[in-house]
Amino acid sequence: MSELLRSYLTVGIFGVAAIAMAGAMLTIARILRPQRPTPQKLIAYESGVDPVGGDWAQSQIRYYVFAVLFVLFDVEAVFIFPWATRLEVYGTFGLVEMAIFIFILVLGLFYAWRKGVLRWV
Amino acid sequence: MDVTTGWYLVLGALLFVIGGTGLLIRRNPLVMLMCVELMLNGVNLSLVAFAQRLDDIGGQTVVFFVLVVAAAEVVVGLGLVVAILRRRPGTTADDLSTLRG
Amino acid sequence: MATQSVLAFVGPSVNWWALLPQMILLGAALLIMLVSALAPKQTSTPFVTVTTMCAAITSYIVATGLWNDVQRDGPSSSIASAFGIDGFSIFFTMLILVALAATALLSHGYLDKEGIDAPEFHALLLCSAAGAIVMASANDLVVMFIGLEALSIGLYVMIAMHDRRQEARESAIKYFVLGAFSSAFLLYGIALTYGATGSTNLIHIRDYLGAVVFRDQHLLMAAMALLLVGLSFKVAAAPFHFWAPDVYQGAPSPVTGWMASVAKAAGFAALLRIFFAAFASHRIDWTPIVSVLAAVTLVVGAVMAILQNDVKRMLAFSSVSHAGYVLIAVQAATDQGTAAALFYLFTYTFMVLGTFAVVGAMGRDDDHPLANYAGLGRSRPVLAIGFTILLLAQAGIPTTSGFVAKFQVIAAAVNNKNYVLAGLAMITAVVGAFMYLRIVMAMYVDNEEQKSSVPSWHWSTKVVVIAMVGFTLLAGLVPQFLIEFAEDAVPILIRG
Repeated sequence: MSELLRSYLTVGIFGVAAIAMAGAMLTIARILRPQRPTPQKLIAYESGVDPVGGDWAQSQIRYYVFAVLFVLFDVEAVFIFPWATRLEVYGTFGLVEMAIFIFILVLGLFYAWRKGVLRWV
Repeated sequence: MDVTTGWYLVLGALLFVIGGTGLLIRRNPLVMLMCVELMLNGVNLSLVAFAQRLDDIGGQTVVFFVLVVAAAEVVVGLGLVVAILRRRPGTTADDLSTLRG
Repeated sequence: MATQSVLAFVGPSVNWWALLPQMILLGAALLIMLVSALAPKQTSTPFVTVTTMCAAITSYIVATGLWNDVQRDGPSSSIASAFGIDGFSIFFTMLILVALAATALLSHGYLDKEGIDAPEFHALLLCSAAGAIVMASANDLVVMFIGLEALSIGLYVMIAMHDRRQEARESAIKYFVLGAFSSAFLLYGIALTYGATGSTNLIHIRDYLGAVVFRDQHLLMAAMALLLVGLSFKVAAAPFHFWAPDVYQGAPSPVTGWMASVAKAAGFAALLRIFFAAFASHRIDWTPIVSVLAAVTLVVGAVMAILQNDVKRMLAFSSVSHAGYVLIAVQAATDQGTAAALFYLFTYTFMVLGTFAVVGAMGRDDDHPLANYAGLGRSRPVLAIGFTILLLAQAGIPTTSGFVAKFQVIAAAVNNKNYVLAGLAMITAVVGAFMYLRIVMAMYVDNEEQKSSVPSWHWSTKVVVIAMVGFTLLAGLVPQFLIEFAEDAVPILIRG
């Protein structure tokens, strides 16, 4: 067995142990507990709130704009991480380049803000 | 068993083909967007695999650019899909036939 | 890692002067966005148009300076050889700037009439112009891809910007899905090229392919095929043209003109740079495929155009057949062929922009039955003559630039001993001419009960149409200056 697979073996054993332990606990509880079901007890538990409606709920369209903005700015960060790890090496040149990059991004955010995209209506 | 870069190339090609097929046969605009992403990720996997095989950092850098471009593209695509769905809920690509074609 | 970070970082040398044209455009785009965000009320359309025009003109002046530099000092490249500064890139920069100025003028009247936000439209237009320039100048496949995406993403939104028209959205999403599809193909081609040659830099690829006796031939062939498919989508070459009629019809007419001229020109610029310049040593592998593509495109474009009844769809198929002629010049894979392709693209840009300027003034975007053009020769004689000249130029009638362009393309094919393709080009030119004549006939045949609504021409439309017709005649009567311009613009890959 290769070195790589052996290190995965640890993970495997850990996983099996975890499943076995959880399974054992649930089985013991099932054997020991009294079982007197009523309709009230059988409905799904939603943190004390009455469960209403189906499991397929549409989310608000308002989230969508925020999600889109988030995706864009989140992904742009991919350029900043490699730059940040070698910040000293790049020196002033790198700093100025990144400043321009972030300036343009901020301009985009500023535009979105001024156009009222960030307002929750 | 030894996992060589060739396996990743095959996986990348498979992802690309699955995405391409999905794009051609699925009719839900959102699923079509997902298929585009799948194709691009197949390409990304190939790029990383090639970079590994060639021992060259270039291929991995390309992936960054592809990721960002893909995000920008999908955001525009989502905007278009939402604009169409808002007017006509439940639209599939077959319904987009006001223009004959 | 630790040992690497000790090394001093030396940034790539950047020739800012050469990057100035597209940086002016991007700067103008940012300025317009900023002003529209800060202005308390709606930013006025004239301000935006003037900004765009100023940017285009300044850029053009810089490009002229660059052209003189390149003619004097020879080509070079910048930013670690990723960005070419040769006649080819400046030729396309000029072409794109002309199209940008024309589209900005055309949209001036259109945006006000249709109530579209002018700042956003112009910002996107400027960004896509910058993208197209980057695409045509890139010496690196990744830079080329980013330019392509900047061009395309701007276009997707510009097509969809019309608030009230469902057709525009539909057209946009069709273009988007197929554009994304073709981008993925192109990108996979780039990945395989990288895998086969070890670099995405075209100069490196050319040197590598020229020096190495290739073992991994299959990988390279697959890469070439994928790149070709991806770019064929972009330039609307058959059998990858099926999006064109729908998208051309549904898009706002100024955007259709922009798409037909710049997206096609930038696509061909990429095609020439990759295949003619970088894959030159493997031309035996790709020229047969391109010839087949050219033949199919010519036939499909000419035949399908006749079957249409909507003027915009006819012009879409005519744009497909124009792609076929340029492909003939590309498959020659000679300097003469490439110069012919460049000449064709430059004259075609003027013709197609003028044509869509007229079409845009003729009424709503998506509804252009031939009957609408009946009697135009009587109600608007001067503009009808302009439109006629533009259509005849597209058909390739002598004394127009279209004739010289087609002649050069066919000459390139004949010199390459590809007589079949040359013959096919002549036949399809005749077949295609029938379609253009149909529109011309409709304009001049008197039809008493069919009183076409007389369109109101915005002054900016008039300016564009007159300029485009003027250039088309000029390049048809004294083509020598443009022929020499195109011959000086053949791409040269050179390490910076």
